[in-house]
Amino acid sequence: MSKVHTLSEAIQKYVHDGDVIYAAGFTHMIPFAAAHEIIRQKKKNLTVARATPDLIYDMLTAAGCVKKVIFSYMGNPGVGSLRIMRDAIEKGEMEWEEYSHFGMISRLQAGATGLPFMPMNQTGAPSLEKANPNIKRITDPYTGAEVIVVPPLNPDVAIVHVQRCDRHGNSQIWGIVGEQKEAAFASKHVIITAEEIVEEDIIRSDPNRTVIPSIIVDAVCYVPFAAHPSYTQGYYDRDNPFYLAWDEISQSNEKIQNWLAEWVFGVKDRDEYWEKLGEETHNRLKVNPRMSSPIDYGDY
Amino acid sequence: MEYNNAELMTVNAARLLRDGDVVFVGVGLPNLACNLARRTHAPNLVMIYEAGVIGARPSRLPLSIGDPCLVSGATAVCSMYDIFSFYLQRGNVDVGFLGGAQIDRFGNINATVIGDYNQPKTRLPGSGGSMEIAGWANRCYIITPHQKRRFPEKVDFITSAGFLSHRSEREASGARGKGPQGVVTHLGILEPDENGEMILVALHPGANIDMIQQNTGWEVKVSVNLRETQPPSAEELRILREDLDPTGIYI
Repeated sequence: MSKVHTLSEAIQKYVHDGDVIYAAGFTHMIPFAAAHEIIRQKKKNLTVARATPDLIYDMLTAAGCVKKVIFSYMGNPGVGSLRIMRDAIEKGEMEWEEYSHFGMISRLQAGATGLPFMPMNQTGAPSLEKANPNIKRITDPYTGAEVIVVPPLNPDVAIVHVQRCDRHGNSQIWGIVGEQKEAAFASKHVIITAEEIVEEDIIRSDPNRTVIPSIIVDAVCYVPFAAHPSYTQGYYDRDNPFYLAWDEISQSNEKIQNWLAEWVFGVKDRDEYWEKLGEETHNRLKVNPRMSSPIDYGDY
Repeated sequence: MEYNNAELMTVNAARLLRDGDVVFVGVGLPNLACNLARRTHAPNLVMIYEAGVIGARPSRLPLSIGDPCLVSGATAVCSMYDIFSFYLQRGNVDVGFLGGAQIDRFGNINATVIGDYNQPKTRLPGSGGSMEIAGWANRCYIITPHQKRRFPEKVDFITSAGFLSHRSEREASGARGKGPQGVVTHLGILEPDENGEMILVALHPGANIDMIQQNTGWEVKVSVNLRETQPPSAEELRILREDLDPTGIYI
């Protein structure tokens, strides 16, 4: 069964005001195109969960879509602060719930595997455990020692960008595979955006590379360059100058609103956005091929 | 040869690494230190990045911890859950590098908040992986400029554990790693004593005990074996400047 939708249809159908969403991808393949569509559709009161909120949630916050953030590292990677979210927290305008990276990912792991909680070893650091009542201790029934536990995270919607999938949603990714699989299995609905939608035969030629199976996917959207200013391994580079520029843009509300007006509300979709970025940016982000050696599955 | 503070700290951090160490690398100076060590005395260093990359051989300087150059040519890539559990929690990481806004007398680090947690005066990025790195890597090192505001006697919030209030308190916590083994600043090197208190063990050329004391928020004890570090060599500086950071992003 084909699950192919336009991105606009998929967001309309599966993202609702008040939902908990998880836009997956650790630095790699962050689904910016979907976030921009959420902003255009003016979704409200979202709880946005990600280990690293990155620019994608700074933008959603700037556009007024966010009520609460669940996170483990709120910075502009390699640059500094996420100024908009930080400002919202310091002014008391946004709720937050905070973990360490392993705590956050363990929540997804519990959610993705249907477990009631996930145990973690002690790290010795006491303060976050005191600040967040969701982080608890239980006694290991085998040794009597105390372990830390975190509850499952089961978002309403996961949005995952992938290199390629078929029209049913069987999705293959390579490069940094952060928490896409866990986010997809943990969530009630899954929206895939893809650089390429390929024939099922291509997926079947390399089944080990399939990270998200069609059985948990609701919508498949063909959206090349959906990860910019993040990157897609082997397709285009990370736009580091934009991450640096955001640090400047996000210092004033006027600049932020102008940016949203021009780059989100001012374009119809990702194709127009990519076109608008222009040839200089396209060339700058081009990446030379570095092929893997083929492997032999055997003809049985 | 002339050198700046970033070069001085990077070279001294690199010298703390041993050949064969498996290192959980952060971006910035730790990344430079690891690559420098690998090109000098530690050719068999294994670099692991928290994004889930093992045995990275970055061809350029990564701005972020999840740069695509880390993946191409690496020996393995895995999920975040795997990197934190199979690698770090299981005890397969020798060295972790940590940063943070504040480091206290017992090597505890605050990377979360200045002021009250619920009504933050200054909200910082938070733990990321540093809580687990500090807890579970066999040895941890901290690279930071030596400034009084960065070295309070006690941090506002313990994002990642040093020795808490005493070495025995860390041991009782059940954290598997041995905790911070060195703080490399632009003035010298601090290491934990038998109580877990960070004491001055080395001065860089040109620095003195007064300079350390003026820039530290507690009365710093001085090791009876206080030594002076060797200045960065011409070869170390050449690798840093010509090969690792030719456009001077971090140094």
